[in-house]
Amino acid sequence: MKIHEYQGKELLKKFGVVVPRGVFCNTVDDAVKAAASLGGKVWVVKAQIHAGGRGKGGGVKVAKSPEEVRSYASQILGMQLVTHQTGPEGQKVRRLLIEEGADIKKEYYVAALTDRATQKVAMMASSEGGMDIEEVAHSTPEKILKVFIDPAEGLTDAQASELASGIGVPAASLPQAVAALKGLYACYMETDASLAEINPLILEGGVDGKPGNIKALDAKFNFDANALYRHPEIVAYRDLDEEDADEIEASKFDLAYIALDGNIGCLVNGAGLAMATMDTIKLFGAEPANFLDVGGGATTEKVTEAFKIMLRNPKVKGILVNIFGGIMKCDTIANGVIAAVRETHLSVPLVVRMKGTNEELGKKILKDSGLPIITADTMAEAATKIVAAVK
Amino acid sequence: MSILINKNTRVITQGITGKTGQFHTEKCQEYANGKACFVAGVNPKKAGESIFDIPIYASVKDAAAQTGATVSVIYVPPPGAAAAIWEAVEADLDLVICITEGIPVRDMLELRNRMKKKVAAGGKETLLLGPNCPGLITPDEIKIGIMPGHIHRKGRIGVVSRSGTLTYEAVAQLTEIGLGQSTAVGIGGDPINGLKHIDVMRLFNDDPDTDAVIMIGEIGGPDEAEAAVWCKDHMHKPIVGFIAGVTAPAGKRMGHAGALISGGADTADAKLAIMEECGFTVTRNPSEMAKLLKGLL
Repeated sequence: MKIHEYQGKELLKKFGVVVPRGVFCNTVDDAVKAAASLGGKVWVVKAQIHAGGRGKGGGVKVAKSPEEVRSYASQILGMQLVTHQTGPEGQKVRRLLIEEGADIKKEYYVAALTDRATQKVAMMASSEGGMDIEEVAHSTPEKILKVFIDPAEGLTDAQASELASGIGVPAASLPQAVAALKGLYACYMETDASLAEINPLILEGGVDGKPGNIKALDAKFNFDANALYRHPEIVAYRDLDEEDADEIEASKFDLAYIALDGNIGCLVNGAGLAMATMDTIKLFGAEPANFLDVGGGATTEKVTEAFKIMLRNPKVKGILVNIFGGIMKCDTIANGVIAAVRETHLSVPLVVRMKGTNEELGKKILKDSGLPIITADTMAEAATKIVAAVK
Repeated sequence: MSILINKNTRVITQGITGKTGQFHTEKCQEYANGKACFVAGVNPKKAGESIFDIPIYASVKDAAAQTGATVSVIYVPPPGAAAAIWEAVEADLDLVICITEGIPVRDMLELRNRMKKKVAAGGKETLLLGPNCPGLITPDEIKIGIMPGHIHRKGRIGVVSRSGTLTYEAVAQLTEIGLGQSTAVGIGGDPINGLKHIDVMRLFNDDPDTDAVIMIGEIGGPDEAEAAVWCKDHMHKPIVGFIAGVTAPAGKRMGHAGALISGGADTADAKLAIMEECGFTVTRNPSEMAKLLKGLL
């Protein structure tokens, strides 16, 4: 589950990471009021959407007067913000964060994530903040430092100092940087995050001979869906406007659904088999319209809902059902498919491939239904038939 | 022979009194030598009772001491599953199979580090299969997990996969063309797990009764590439490889928590390329896994 930047900063602040003062707003008037209440001469108007790359897409502006705050807020609020993560249609901006300006001397990158190979938490830091970190990892991997943390010990002072000095934080500001890293780590663990990224973490100019402050200028979080049951405070951050309506609908029926760009809907049991089915469709010359895993206990109701969700996508020109009946019996699936076809008045070609428990009985039920259902024995045959049927 | 389990394996079921545990314990008992293999259940509140003629003990330690069982299978719901695994590890079992889906990643992270520390301190190593896996089966001997027993046939081909239904797909293809299986292993779809492809490939390599292996992977993570590199230098048996998710978009979790493209080295195309370089016979057509393997024998 993802959250907004302003929510991520609230979390970071709780764990002692310094963030700029800011106010979250829903309207242009509130944005202007927020700037007045923050004071100062420079404000940042930031679009709040879940996708990254907002600055390049025109969703982050620096305002130097209340008039500019008003003008940028009205530009950004309601716009379809297109970034490399939103897709070409973009994401509508419904929320803003108004922040005090920062005196940026240097931008760093820091992040925490779970490393599968070492089975530890990896903290990463780079002197190349503010950039696309995947680009940095690709072109100058030596500029990304990593430490691996045993969860029983946590991020040690020595590890945090190694990262902070390694990315070039000046000595006077090191204690603040260490505190920020330790706060980020604690926040990552305590909230069951799967990614916590601050890009950029900045060094401000020092005032009156004091060392420059270290602040989190952005915050990106993703949380482990398996752990949300123990984090009502994180679930409360969920913003359904930012999620795909069909995916939300599917999740209500315990279906894992992801819309894709092709024209062949697929309904499969098991995530691995679902991906393999999509791949087979591509191999035989078409593209899948979705990923859909009906899970282990597919009932008639679930199969019907799955058909409805797939058919909501206007691009769908045909459907391929691929079920490996283990615990779930093929005759049960066959009856579910027939009910779904009738209830949705299915008008596109349908190919069903069933394998496993009560396979013959399932095939007979499909045949006896009198419905124009095409059957197949293998995934390859099923894909060939559905690709031919939609052409 | 086989890997990890055979007809003489004695099994404790943790979570035997829950709905899922009951359903699958009965199916496992019915399969081959199951009646003799499944010897104990664990539930501290129901110690002294029995279910399907299987005695229930208060703890894994008790169950192991009373029955001599060395393996456990876990159906405990997610919030208590990591603790259940640790209980089996503390009881010094040989192998723990965790079927449970949906365990928080942090729980697995803490558990795996504790398990490694126990071994580093000279403690006995307990192997973990899963979590979020279908289990494993040695056909005609023993089935531990949720796979449909009847599609399997005794033979000399090993199968290892992250995905449950894709394992069944490979097994059914093999059985259909007359090739039986030595052992079929589902390692599970979670990002932090126990046995990985490389560990299971090592076991198949050393098993005199396995002639060849089908290795199936998915997008996400470094495991398949790591196994492929090991196989290049050590494996002396033919391997057919398939990776699901060529069409999966980056940044989207495809059902399994572990099936998420994050870097670029963990796409299906990248993994297929490494496997091919390392001498696997790879296919992009999952319908021909068994047929390809037959051609290698």
